Amino acid sequence: MSEDCRNRAMSQNVSEPATTSSDGTALPVRAAAAVISRDGLQALIDALAADHCVLGPTVRDGAIVYDEIAKLSQLPAGWTDNQDAGRYRLERRADDALFGFAVGPESWKRFLHPPVETLWTARRDNDGFSIEAPSVTRRKFAFIGVRACEIHAMAIQDKVFLAGAYADPGYGSRRRDAFIVAVNCAEAGGTCFCVSMGTGPQAESGFDLALTELHDGSRHDFLVEVGSDEGASLLSRLPQRRADDADLEAAAAVIAQTRSQMGRTLDTDGIKDLLQTNANHPRWDDVAARCLTCGNCTMVCPTCFCTTVEDHSDLAGATAERVRKWDSCFTLDFSYLHGGSVRQSGSARYRQWITHKLASWIDQFGTSGCVGCGRCITWCPVGIDITEEAAAIRAHPTSGGQHGGT
Amino acid sequence: MAGLEHILREHAFFAACPEDQIALVAGCARNHRFDPGQYLFREGDPANEFFLIRHGKVALEIAAPAQSPIVISTLGEGEIVGASWLLPPYRWTSDARAVELVRAVGIDAACLRGKCEADHHLGYEMMKRFAPILVKRLNATRLQILNVYGKR
Amino acid sequence: MPLLTAAAQIDPFVPQLYKVAHVRRELSDVVTLEIKPSQGSRPSYAPGQFNMLYAFGIGEIAISISGDGTDSTGFVHTVRDVGAVSRAIAALDIGATLGVRGPFGTEWPVTAAEGSDILIIAGGLGLAPLRPAITHVLANRARYGRVAILFGCRHPEDILFHDQLAAWRGRLDIAVEVTVDHADSNWHGHVGVVPALIPRVSFSPHDTVALVCGPEIMMRFTANALRDAGVASNQIYLSMERNMKCAIGLCGHCQFGPTFVCKDGPVMRFDRIERLLTLREI
Repeated sequence: MSEDCRNRAMSQNVSEPATTSSDGTALPVRAAAAVISRDGLQALIDALAADHCVLGPTVRDGAIVYDEIAKLSQLPAGWTDNQDAGRYRLERRADDALFGFAVGPESWKRFLHPPVETLWTARRDNDGFSIEAPSVTRRKFAFIGVRACEIHAMAIQDKVFLAGAYADPGYGSRRRDAFIVAVNCAEAGGTCFCVSMGTGPQAESGFDLALTELHDGSRHDFLVEVGSDEGASLLSRLPQRRADDADLEAAAAVIAQTRSQMGRTLDTDGIKDLLQTNANHPRWDDVAARCLTCGNCTMVCPTCFCTTVEDHSDLAGATAERVRKWDSCFTLDFSYLHGGSVRQSGSARYRQWITHKLASWIDQFGTSGCVGCGRCITWCPVGIDITEEAAAIRAHPTSGGQHGGT
Repeated sequence: MAGLEHILREHAFFAACPEDQIALVAGCARNHRFDPGQYLFREGDPANEFFLIRHGKVALEIAAPAQSPIVISTLGEGEIVGASWLLPPYRWTSDARAVELVRAVGIDAACLRGKCEADHHLGYEMMKRFAPILVKRLNATRLQILNVYGKR
Repeated sequence: MPLLTAAAQIDPFVPQLYKVAHVRRELSDVVTLEIKPSQGSRPSYAPGQFNMLYAFGIGEIAISISGDGTDSTGFVHTVRDVGAVSRAIAALDIGATLGVRGPFGTEWPVTAAEGSDILIIAGGLGLAPLRPAITHVLANRARYGRVAILFGCRHPEDILFHDQLAAWRGRLDIAVEVTVDHADSNWHGHVGVVPALIPRVSFSPHDTVALVCGPEIMMRFTANALRDAGVASNQIYLSMERNMKCAIGLCGHCQFGPTFVCKDGPVMRFDRIERLLTLREI
């Protein structure tokens, strides 16, 4: 879909309730957009806090991270993030925008797919042992400030964890219960390339409510679009006014502006075959000479889902548990196979990561694994850039090393 | 002679070989029977004959002191035994023992070498039949020495 | 919020409890365990599938089901003690409890192969995952053409399921050939690699299904030899091995190119993975 077409579709959504999304699936009928003030946003947080753990962006340790929030004052008002390969700095904005930054090192993955999770515990008894799943103390999450790329990342993890023959029950329940307040990006980061990946900067679906921060010298409001019945119901309880054409135009201008600011681009044309047929490309050794195989890229990636399990027992051997932890394909142990690791070299591990992310993911889940959020570029300690590496392979493809898809 | 020609024609080694060449080879051939435990040849002996196995199993062995001979490979029906006759100094590099009753055709090496020298078409044909077998055995030996079933 | 497919109700991460009913030492470092569910009946399985076996406090490993058809109430697993978990599993006594998740994975195409000749080619411990397929084929012998079992291992003393191989060899309706890589003159069988056995059995290459299991190098050499013998790549099946943690495609560890060995395998068609097999560190 062209950019113009998307913008038109958005206006239609606002003026007339949409009944289908761009991919043709049915959407809840959307109410007309509304405008809320900062007080309205506080009222939204208060309303959600009644039965949700409300999480949103806040400044901590020199970065914007996601944490529990109760007050607007905890949001990163007046902060922005200056990002480039291997570089992230918070800087003061000239205004007091609440969402005037791109994305920080954390994604919502850490809540839906937690870094450490006990899967079950086992207890010795007279008859051997017994196993019990952990008692579920479920917190319903409400996420404030979810970016379009992050919504796409959730949709990708949904395919990984929920669409196959076996589903991850913990992820499933956390995901189903999560209330999502999206924010359309008003500022592209220096490593952003969501436009290339077709994942932003505008949230088009997959949210309960979507905000666009409207901020100039004379006003500081939020255009609110509704993405679900639950969102509509919540919005109806907030102080608001109906959005007029000027509001809609202002919001469209914010998104158009962001769209034009992308810090990076990635050519996705034929990328699956490109990477899968270049498994023996000399570039892998080139990038491996820079790569520290630290796994930062996999930790900050909002779609990387790999985990390992650790089995522990107490010293008496009376109880044992299995704990699932995030793992990274950059570790040597990741591919361990009785006696050694399949992917010994750094080049093989980098190749695995980028080929999985941009190519095999398509075989496995019918979608790219990359949403163009740029975190892997920003948080790489040596500034390796996924867009640059993909472009380097594209610039000088080799015919050797054919690598078949299924 | 007609009997030997027939036997050669039926043997996998000579599959689709031109009749005139079969006839030339048959002129160097004779029938053998080896009882179980009998040796077709011994390491170091002159390689003056090579064998086409018609029936039975032959073990190629290398003997070492204070242990049972090590079997390098076993060969059976449709296979050939011996390549040392092709190259100087024409001496066997292993023992060949009949594991069970073996019926084979032996081809006199000096006779066949002479015919190959005289008729390079025959020589080339023989080389084309020998080379793939040698390469296949080299590949098998590679797999064998990889010790793929061992623990690491 | 968004409309998501309802997740399966059972928790696929939680093992079921089984008890060891029978232990048989196969080789110096290999045992076969027969295990039965502590409660209820075991799920059904197909030849080629595997279970995740859990030893209390130590961990979990993927082990193929190696039943021979007499195991209607439990599972049979043949385990070699190569690591901490397999050592603990192999050391379990009768009556001991272990955790089981499964069965998981793809199966040997024993139904699709009906009407064709079948070559079953195993190397070393690779005979274990093939035993359910062999049992199935022999139990339904009339549905297949010629059947041959080719087995190779390192030494004569490493021959797995020795008595059973001998029994199969005694049948008049299948061909069984055994070879070893290394032997002395006391061994009267074949010496040489498994692929070298292929020309020793008769089959119609254009109507043959080959099931191959063993170390990856052995499977690669064997698949190439089968193709040289005229068997099409899409009629050759290999059972692959990679690091498996979750066994259900959620942890990422067993990726082999674009495939997950746990759910797209372990049994995979040669033509689909042929190019991956020769890529290093894939």
